[in-house]
Amino acid sequence: MLKQEILQNEKIICYHCGDDCPSDSIRIEDKYFCCEGCKLVYEILEENQLCKYYSIEDKPGLKSNAFFHKEKYSYLDDTELVKQLLDFSEGEIARVSFVIPSMHCSSCIWLLENLHKIDPAFVSSRVDFLNKTLTLTFNKNNISLRQVVELLASIGYEPEIKYDLIEKKRKVDVNKKLYYKIGIAGFAFGNIMLLSFPEYLAIDESSLGLKGIFGWLSIIISLPLFFYSGSDYLISAYKGLRRRMINIDVPLALGIIFLFFRSVYEIAFQVGAGYLDSLAGLLFFMNLGRLFQNKTFETLNFERDYKSFFPLAVSVKVKGIESTLPISRLKNGDKIVIRNNELIPADAVLYLGEASIDYSFVTGESLPVKKNPGEIIYAGGRQIGSAVELEVIKEVSQSYLTRLWNENKIKREEEHGVSMLANKISRYFTPAILFIALVAALYWMQYDIRTAVNVFTAVLIIACPCALALSTPFTMGNAIRILGKNKFYLKNTAIVEKLNKIDTVVFDKTGTITQSGEFEISFVGTELSSNEKELVKSLVKNSTHPLSLKISEYLGECSSTLNISNFSEIPGEGTQAVIDNKRIKAGSSSFVASNGFVNETRGDFNTKVYVSIDGTQKGYFLIKNSYREGLDLLISELKKDKEIHLITGDNEGEKENLIKYFPDEGKLNFRQTPVDKLSYINQLNESSKKVLMFGDGLNDAGALANSYVGVTISESSSYFSPACDGILDASRFSQLVKFLKFAKTSNNIVIISFIISLMYNVIGISVAVQGLLSPIFAAILMPVSSVSVVLFATLSTSFIAKRRGLL
Amino acid sequence: MSVIAVLIICSLLVASGFLIAFLWAVRSGQYEDKYTPSVRILFDDDVNETNDKLNNDFDKLNSEKS
Repeated sequence: MLKQEILQNEKIICYHCGDDCPSDSIRIEDKYFCCEGCKLVYEILEENQLCKYYSIEDKPGLKSNAFFHKEKYSYLDDTELVKQLLDFSEGEIARVSFVIPSMHCSSCIWLLENLHKIDPAFVSSRVDFLNKTLTLTFNKNNISLRQVVELLASIGYEPEIKYDLIEKKRKVDVNKKLYYKIGIAGFAFGNIMLLSFPEYLAIDESSLGLKGIFGWLSIIISLPLFFYSGSDYLISAYKGLRRRMINIDVPLALGIIFLFFRSVYEIAFQVGAGYLDSLAGLLFFMNLGRLFQNKTFETLNFERDYKSFFPLAVSVKVKGIESTLPISRLKNGDKIVIRNNELIPADAVLYLGEASIDYSFVTGESLPVKKNPGEIIYAGGRQIGSAVELEVIKEVSQSYLTRLWNENKIKREEEHGVSMLANKISRYFTPAILFIALVAALYWMQYDIRTAVNVFTAVLIIACPCALALSTPFTMGNAIRILGKNKFYLKNTAIVEKLNKIDTVVFDKTGTITQSGEFEISFVGTELSSNEKELVKSLVKNSTHPLSLKISEYLGECSSTLNISNFSEIPGEGTQAVIDNKRIKAGSSSFVASNGFVNETRGDFNTKVYVSIDGTQKGYFLIKNSYREGLDLLISELKKDKEIHLITGDNEGEKENLIKYFPDEGKLNFRQTPVDKLSYINQLNESSKKVLMFGDGLNDAGALANSYVGVTISESSSYFSPACDGILDASRFSQLVKFLKFAKTSNNIVIISFIISLMYNVIGISVAVQGLLSPIFAAILMPVSSVSVVLFATLSTSFIAKRRGLL
Repeated sequence: MSVIAVLIICSLLVASGFLIAFLWAVRSGQYEDKYTPSVRILFDDDVNETNDKLNNDFDKLNSEKS
């Protein structure tokens, strides 16, 4: 035990990235490195006296792939492309911003902001850590964009340059406007309250002159308040009415308008003090509520489409000479070169090389598929292995994947942050208030027309459903924060409400309920002796095929080194070698035994690797996807009150296993193309089901977009996620039921806050109809109702989350 | 009573000053990135000043353009 610990301490750790070093061969003085890449980064930093990088955080580097293909960024020499990429360019100064996914600690910030020490051509560099963005200003005459990118890549901070980068317009920050509005409303709130003090304290008539001045000052202050801070509500109400919809903003706008104009009237004709303080308080709270609701998860993007994942350019071979071309200019017949780990941007035919395509990006299936020359490879696949050459048969915009995306994406009405429940209530609330106001006015008409008008406006003012409108943003805003802490990220607050209505859950299989990259391996056939295991192990260890790697992992450590000769690997078939004078074969059944395997079961679609030793058929390794932990529990919880479906592009190989989990065999659907998945969801929609869809790959994108709520399961947030309403971290998959329950509770909290705010309204209205509404009463009741509802909403959601272990 | 009027005007002026300061802060982007500056401030200060100045000039140039 003690000995082991000592060994642990002696382990050599890479000075750059902190990984274990396989040997102590790579070193500079007393510093060891795990690979040449890490050493190279260190050397660059050393040379430029940037070694402080290593003192800010311990082992800040990431295992970098500092060696990249020399021509990788040659497309950045294209002037037109460069122009599109630059944010700004004038004279010799240019500015560009990149997303740098590998940015992860304060050392990164320091290094990236000190780039000018490496190359003085950088005028400035600024990091936005949460958005992982680096904004660089540089001198164009001294350094080209290509050199900038190559420099970043060489120190391990390769920028993400994807197809959508050139299309992306700089987003105008909506939040900025909201901050302005809050600032102005807050300013008005404080100052008008101050000016209203004589009114609150009932200071006598002798100071009437001063009161007049105060009144006019209040009006001046409330002009920007009403026309700027309140504009969103007025506009939204107008838009709603034009669409013949009474949304929650209609009664709000009514209240705001009557508050403002009645106050102006009262002050101008010196009949009263007006309600401008209430107006300011109301708008201040309302805008705060919107800020609270606008919680966004900076590093996540819910709107990604295929363009966010396609490269900007690809290597093209023209008459044997390689050059790079932006993929938007790719034409049919172009010959492209795809290297290891590169994405195929357009449907193409393989004509040179052995392709092994990882379609996990599209289907979630991480086992690569072998392709032989002459076969079509669809866009979205990633080549694993040596470089291959392909001929483009469809332009990027016409590719299967792209078309699937563009055609099937039904633009859903953007419900951003608008509460459905509040709108529904507003539909009854508004006519009811108008009715009460009219009846009260008619009643007072018999006595005095002025009182009648006063009562009418007073009812509309005091009934302004500010507290009601605040309950949803604060409850739901808090709810998405809490869920976000639990790694369930929702696009906006409306999704929490929608989650509550779900009655059908649809799962995709591969990558969603199975763990991508994790497999269950078992051996079927004659039990292997330990010696035989060694033989097989020695064979697969020498192969690079992912299945071999998995089997090698399964068989565990190899104790002895066996004499291996005549090793060969036939792509798509298998691998063989002579080990200890025994001929070992592993691979497909036809490869291992030329006239078929003895106990081969037909119609079984599981992945198998057959093994033979000296011509004796031993059996096969059965390789199955392993299901996510907690799946059985999750399904049994969900099926209590929800329909459960499964749609997968895979064959029936796993059917028997799945029946164990899924209650209804009829709802298991195999061999579904992406279009099938989409129409399946549409069918469910038509039978007015509220579908919650879980998917992961791009092949689910259409289905995710059309389901009531579409959630992507993601192994890591930088990994691919198609456009969706929410992203669930794979590690929290089993907690899903808890999250759904929490969404339901949040909804109930909203309803309770509605009741509380309606009670305030009843009190207010009962005073108003009697013609007794005084400015000071309004100035107390309205903020008190808002604040109490806000406190109730946030505190109760936090409390419940804490009790359920979500906080 | 006219004292109060003077005081009110003073208080309004001060308050407007703060409002303008707030609006300026939002405009200059201080509310866009609320995390990185908190890290940046902890780095020892050896960034050379000419760069910052250039940066400012550049920003000015930019805002004039837009």
